[in-house]
Amino acid sequence: MKNEALTVKEQIDLKNKKLVTKLVWLVIGSLLFAFALVPLYDVLCSLTGLNGKTSNTAAVISMAKVDNTRWVNVQFTTNVMPGLGWNFYPKQSSVKLHPGKIETVIFVAKNTTNEVATGRAVPSITPGIAAANLKKIECFCFVNQSLKPGEEKEMPLRFFVSPELPKEISDMTLSYAFFPAVKN
Amino acid sequence: MSTTTVAHHEEHAEHPSGIMRWLTTTNHKDIGTMYLTFSLIMFFVGGSMILAIRAELFQPGLQLLNPEFFNQLIGVHALIMIFAALMPAATGFANWMIPLQIGAPDMALPRLNNWGFWLLPPSAILLTLPFTLALFGIGDGALATGWTFYPPLSVQGGIGVDFAIFAVHLLGISSVLGSINIIVTLFNMRAPGMTLMKMPMFAWGWLITAFLLIATIPVLAGAVTMLLTDRHFGTHFFDAAGGGDPIMFQHLFWFFGHPEVYILLLPVWGFIPQILETFSRKPMYGYKAQVYSFWAIGALSVVVWAHHFFTAGMPVPALLYFMYSTMAISLPLAVLFFCWIKTMWKGSMSFETPMLFAVGWIILFGIGGLTGLMLADVAADAQYHNSYFVVAHFHYTLFAGGIMGIMAGTYYWLPKMTGHMYSEKLGKLHFWLTAISFNLTFIPQFFLGLAGMPRRIPDYALQFAEFNMISSIAAFVLGFSQLLFVYNIVSCARGGKKATDQVWEGAKGLEWTLPSPPPYHSFTEQPIVK
Repeated sequence: MKNEALTVKEQIDLKNKKLVTKLVWLVIGSLLFAFALVPLYDVLCSLTGLNGKTSNTAAVISMAKVDNTRWVNVQFTTNVMPGLGWNFYPKQSSVKLHPGKIETVIFVAKNTTNEVATGRAVPSITPGIAAANLKKIECFCFVNQSLKPGEEKEMPLRFFVSPELPKEISDMTLSYAFFPAVKN
Repeated sequence: MSTTTVAHHEEHAEHPSGIMRWLTTTNHKDIGTMYLTFSLIMFFVGGSMILAIRAELFQPGLQLLNPEFFNQLIGVHALIMIFAALMPAATGFANWMIPLQIGAPDMALPRLNNWGFWLLPPSAILLTLPFTLALFGIGDGALATGWTFYPPLSVQGGIGVDFAIFAVHLLGISSVLGSINIIVTLFNMRAPGMTLMKMPMFAWGWLITAFLLIATIPVLAGAVTMLLTDRHFGTHFFDAAGGGDPIMFQHLFWFFGHPEVYILLLPVWGFIPQILETFSRKPMYGYKAQVYSFWAIGALSVVVWAHHFFTAGMPVPALLYFMYSTMAISLPLAVLFFCWIKTMWKGSMSFETPMLFAVGWIILFGIGGLTGLMLADVAADAQYHNSYFVVAHFHYTLFAGGIMGIMAGTYYWLPKMTGHMYSEKLGKLHFWLTAISFNLTFIPQFFLGLAGMPRRIPDYALQFAEFNMISSIAAFVLGFSQLLFVYNIVSCARGGKKATDQVWEGAKGLEWTLPSPPPYHSFTEQPIVK
């Protein structure tokens, strides 16, 4: 709305006000973008398996045939995060298997404190691209685990490696980090 | 509505005196002076912190500082130098010079300008208060995570982290207000006839900086807010046990953090060519090429962030993308370097202090840029990452490229701002002491980093002792020679040889048509630019 009666100064003030409004929207937009990045990040990671996150639900047992022509070496590594006084280790450090074959590995957790504690194991796979190909049928990481003082528990992991695993991958590492469980 | 009625009151020639003048001022020159003074004070606060660190690193072993306090000093030093010294210095020059350079009576939003400045002192207090509180047994000191706030450490840290988060909020609001003001001023307040492509280079540098600030500071604000809610309100943005991801913080942080580098440097890239053309007595070479390079660098700066954490784990295609896009920034930067050198080429050069700083700046900033190229190489970065090589690299870009550039600008415009000439002899002494001790401080750190000395650690292995000793001694020389800078500025403000309007023989631009110092209200009648 141009008005002849406005002085030059008033016209500039009006122009300034309009531009400021636009710029403030830009600031709000950037702030929203920051929060939108949180779900976007998860979507991107689960689409591409970028950060080695595996599925949190049990996989359906594959009907695919076992690929006897190749071997995959799956190594296990475990960590306990600060705040959880547990010992936690796999009974075997690695397993060699054919893609498609179902394996069971036992993990042992022991509460060394004199308090009841609840933990949650968070898995991660290296290389990240292989994450989508490691299928867990049964895993202690699907739910929180509670241990009484001094209690020791053997927890099974049943899994198979999908035969669709890229040809160049012959080794992968499955890492579990036991965190103190988050209260919901 | 109210803006049009209030606007008329700003024509007063009278203004309050004493402290009220500074608290309530909306004058761009007053606010510019406050920004610059604040920046100079904080430069010494941040500098004394790092001297304490260098004193500790003088010898292997723990002598002076305990490791917690050492970590706190490292993080607060960086936050203060970046947000409270370098950024306010650039904003101070913007306030002082942009209206004079584009022939405007003042900044477009004077009142906002005042708020923008007065948010800074509280945030500086917020950053440093935890140190004092710890002396009285409250909390365990300032944030000890380094300036990058990486979780999970920052989620577990003490109240220092909360103080730093709020300080970053305030600093962010201040920068965003300043940026809005500068964009509006540059778009709406230019003198008739001054098209965008006739704007001085400094105005262009600030225009790109302001847009980068508006686009990225809110992302940092969002990220530290998530950190705050993770710490106190039970969210799990960065907590793996609750389905979050600590690496995501690194993505959010560096989405801001990398453009921040160019936010700090673009204003300097703006006025350095102006200094070069003044003291080479010939027009700037490649004005358009430089402006387009600014655009290219501004655009590229927001898509390269992950090169700061190559080692955090990324698939090879992502590594390659971030490597090549980072390296691509060196192309427009090479154009800039070429233009700067070509501006001096066959010019009738003289080496007053601003020119000494500008020429030294080109060489030292060049070293910063080239070592950045080395760090961008994914394969090589595994060796350099988190070592003193990185520390030396970013001090070549931010101390040489940033602060020494700001010093060039200070000497260049000081006679204009104060009306007096500074002592050329002391200025030159200041330059040589700064340039030599700076190199002696940081060249050894390149070698320390290559030999494997990690950053942010208060103790080190014996084989690093000699280089650390050299670096520490030079750092103290560097720190104390800055007292010359202060002495020169203060004595220049108090008196000295009268400066002419043009000050420098080859100076061009509207700011040099005004008297030195310019009157309190300048360009109330806008000049016509042909």
